[in-house]
Amino acid sequence: MENTFEPKIVAFVCNWCTYAGADLTGTSRIKYATNVRIVRFPCTGRIDYNLLLKAFAQGADGVIVSGCHPNDCHYTSGNFHARRRWIVFRQMMEYMGFDMSRVKFSWVSAAEGAKWADIVNTTVQEIRDLGPSKEYAEMSRLGVV
Amino acid sequence: MQVLQQKAKELLESGKVQVVIGYGEGTGERVRPLFVRTAEEVSKLVWDDRCRQNLAVYLNKPEIKKMGMPALIATPVVVHTVIQLIAEHQLKVDGVLTLVVENGSVKELFDTTSLEAYAESHPVIFPPFVKQEIKTIAEMSLHERFKFWQDEFSRCIKCYACRSACPLCYCERCITDNNQPQWISSASHAQGNFEWHVNRAMHLAGRCIQCGSCTIACPVGIPIGLLTIEASRIVGTEFGQQPGLKCDAVPAMSSFKVEDTETFIK
Repeated sequence: MENTFEPKIVAFVCNWCTYAGADLTGTSRIKYATNVRIVRFPCTGRIDYNLLLKAFAQGADGVIVSGCHPNDCHYTSGNFHARRRWIVFRQMMEYMGFDMSRVKFSWVSAAEGAKWADIVNTTVQEIRDLGPSKEYAEMSRLGVV
Repeated sequence: MQVLQQKAKELLESGKVQVVIGYGEGTGERVRPLFVRTAEEVSKLVWDDRCRQNLAVYLNKPEIKKMGMPALIATPVVVHTVIQLIAEHQLKVDGVLTLVVENGSVKELFDTTSLEAYAESHPVIFPPFVKQEIKTIAEMSLHERFKFWQDEFSRCIKCYACRSACPLCYCERCITDNNQPQWISSASHAQGNFEWHVNRAMHLAGRCIQCGSCTIACPVGIPIGLLTIEASRIVGTEFGQQPGLKCDAVPAMSSFKVEDTETFIK
């Protein structure tokens, strides 16, 4: 039976690199999956891990977090702080049984329009194979939400 | 016990300290925190294997600060806590007199050198059952771990005793008290419980000195210490920093190295 599940992906991106890169994907007329909703931040350093949890709580099946390459941060060091945060967050979540393969991290610069399309297409396909996100659905079922 | 009571008496009578924070007899067979302010009360101080609660949590409470210069009767892990609080600028080095019991006598730790030397020679050692639990959880599959923690969190009543007992949870406005916007639901249901414990572990990453007070305090027996210990273990492995050892340490999660490496960012 064909897999007709269309995942909802939320992308938390930085304004200066990935958002501009995604814009380039569009102006270059590169077609890519339409499952992604992009949320723009000034910098990946601003992205709180609680926002990722909120995305899943609101029904997202997958999340993309993307920003400037190391040493290219518009605010010099925001992405370095973010990198440390993600290193700890991923392992902490896996320890608590949350499937972090649903969260994709990437560095996409303002010139990498094709890379953005590739990231989105790969993520959508992987999440489609994983199916709808289960953890928050399970938690909502368990208690009064 | 006698040596401690004697030392407390000396310190109070000389006016060197205004309050000695230690342990006294509690209800049942337990001990409870004791704040001795006069030399006559020192006989109430006890010192035995029951004395495990981390008393450094009181150093940041306004009611205790008002009492004046404190002396703190410290187990080894409490010394780690004092160092970590100094490193995070919550405590001045000369703001507390730390008392440790060694070889039947009481030693005063009053400066960075003595504190750090003691901490280094007394590293945190987990009891065997904690090591076993950590190993068991690490060997579970992802799904088993999710089920394990959901079962544990199902008992969480959001009393925040873990937060109150932790000396490193000193924020005057905790993220969970925010309701405009509400980041973490305060209701005692699965989703809010999960988010609370994730946040607590993340906020204590690299800061948890592994005293176990949170686990002792939890009224429903959730092994909270296992979460915060894991968070600090991750920071120790990835960034090579252990909390509670150096008074001038830069917090691991507030800093970065350009050479930090990971394999999951494409």
